[in-house]
Amino acid sequence: MISLKNVHKAFGSKEILRGVDLDVAKGESCVIIGGSGTGKSVMLKCILGLIKPDQGMISVAGEDITTTGDRDAFLARFGMLFQGAALFDSLPVWQNVAFRLLRGSLKRPKAEARDIAIEKLRRVGLGPDVADLFPAELSGGMQKRVGLARAIAADPEIIFFDEPTTGLDPIMAGVINELIREIVVEMGATALTITHDMTSVRAIADKVAMLHGGKIRWHGPVSEMDGADDPYLTQFITGSPDGPIETLR
Amino acid sequence: MTALVTRPLAALGAAVLAALATVGRVTLFALTAFRHIVTPPFYGREFLHALMTVGYLSLPVVGLTAVFTGGALALQIYAGGSRFSAEQVVPQIVALGVVRELGPVMVGLMIAARVTSSIAAEIATMKVTEQIDALVTLSTDPMKYLTAPRVFAGLVTLPLLVAVGDTIGVFGGWFVSTQSLGFNPATYLKNTIDFLEPADIISSLVKGAAFGVIATLMGCYFGMHSGRGAQGVGRATKSSVVAAAVLILAANFLLTQAFFTT
Repeated sequence: MISLKNVHKAFGSKEILRGVDLDVAKGESCVIIGGSGTGKSVMLKCILGLIKPDQGMISVAGEDITTTGDRDAFLARFGMLFQGAALFDSLPVWQNVAFRLLRGSLKRPKAEARDIAIEKLRRVGLGPDVADLFPAELSGGMQKRVGLARAIAADPEIIFFDEPTTGLDPIMAGVINELIREIVVEMGATALTITHDMTSVRAIADKVAMLHGGKIRWHGPVSEMDGADDPYLTQFITGSPDGPIETLR
Repeated sequence: MTALVTRPLAALGAAVLAALATVGRVTLFALTAFRHIVTPPFYGREFLHALMTVGYLSLPVVGLTAVFTGGALALQIYAGGSRFSAEQVVPQIVALGVVRELGPVMVGLMIAARVTSSIAAEIATMKVTEQIDALVTLSTDPMKYLTAPRVFAGLVTLPLLVAVGDTIGVFGGWFVSTQSLGFNPATYLKNTIDFLEPADIISSLVKGAAFGVIATLMGCYFGMHSGRGAQGVGRATKSSVVAAAVLILAANFLLTQAFFTT
């Protein structure tokens, strides 16, 4: 479904991606792990076309993303939950969720869009009373849920989750992980998550890919992750300060 | 020895190239904004919201600025004119000064302070919190959704604000002149109206439209190109206001030259 071949990206003299190769099959939930600043978010943004790679090829459903004609139709296949939820402060919750349904090619009548938004909010565990609040009135966990509802509002084929549990308490993180897993299975969507929360990895992933040094260092099923013979992966999973991954002290 | 000569030249060259690149980027940004203003889809709600924030909500600050400027101008002209017994030209000079220059410039600068800063801070915060990226993933072009409605609102509302500012500025001069300088109210107004020509008013409104585009465009440009974090937002806001103010004053000079030096 998603394929990256030899993707390179540098910002000035700083090389972030140095030949990333990754394939994510349809309906699969792949989690990208890696330390801060290893280029996980850059990789995600390259797939969405928010950042243009310097070299390499990215295709979605066999179609090269650089040659895709209708960008609107291309983006309509995606839903994305941002790290900080990235809700629009100026719009009430329901209009955030129904944003795509209120404008553009997927536009519906306002009442219908609101009904869908309320249904999606219910799916992520929020009542209709939240619909008319503004994002600033919500807690971090509720904002993530609204972000999740917005990501699934137009029933996308592919959903990206950028650090879905960052900034949440462990219980709320567990709830969000469960929700993500349920929704991805229920919708049959292809999911790509980036995180460094190992609890999240075990809860969400079918496959795990570790990004290190600008390349995919290890890629395999989540069940094989703990037994993998890769010192970088082992150090990351165990969170040990000692190992091949350099740490600043 | 050669390095001593070439190093300053290289630095100068780099600065000139950077400045030219910025001019190029701003020009392309402006052209893209105008293209989005005239091509669908149009975001009516965002445009109405921008009309309110750029235009209607700026009325109090424009009115206050204009009334005090007009009043002060009347006092200055009266005091200056009395040195060669020309106190009676107060209505004419106030009208000319306010309508041709001070009205549009003061309104433009107040909008740069009030609206440019707020647009830059809002869009920069949206960028820092990934709301701009979120817009793109939701199939919405940020230039069309954020920039086009604001720039169009600036183009449409600033002439109206300048018209209001000019009227209140002239009123400020009239009030001071009739209350403390002994002018006859009706004669003052008659002199003002008789003296002003259509070209004075047209130049004032054209300046307003140009300043409206500059003020909103600078807010959007620096907001969209903001750096990371709180510092990035602060820098974008400061740069937008400075750029808008300088460009408004420069554009005022060029427009005055175009209108009145033939």
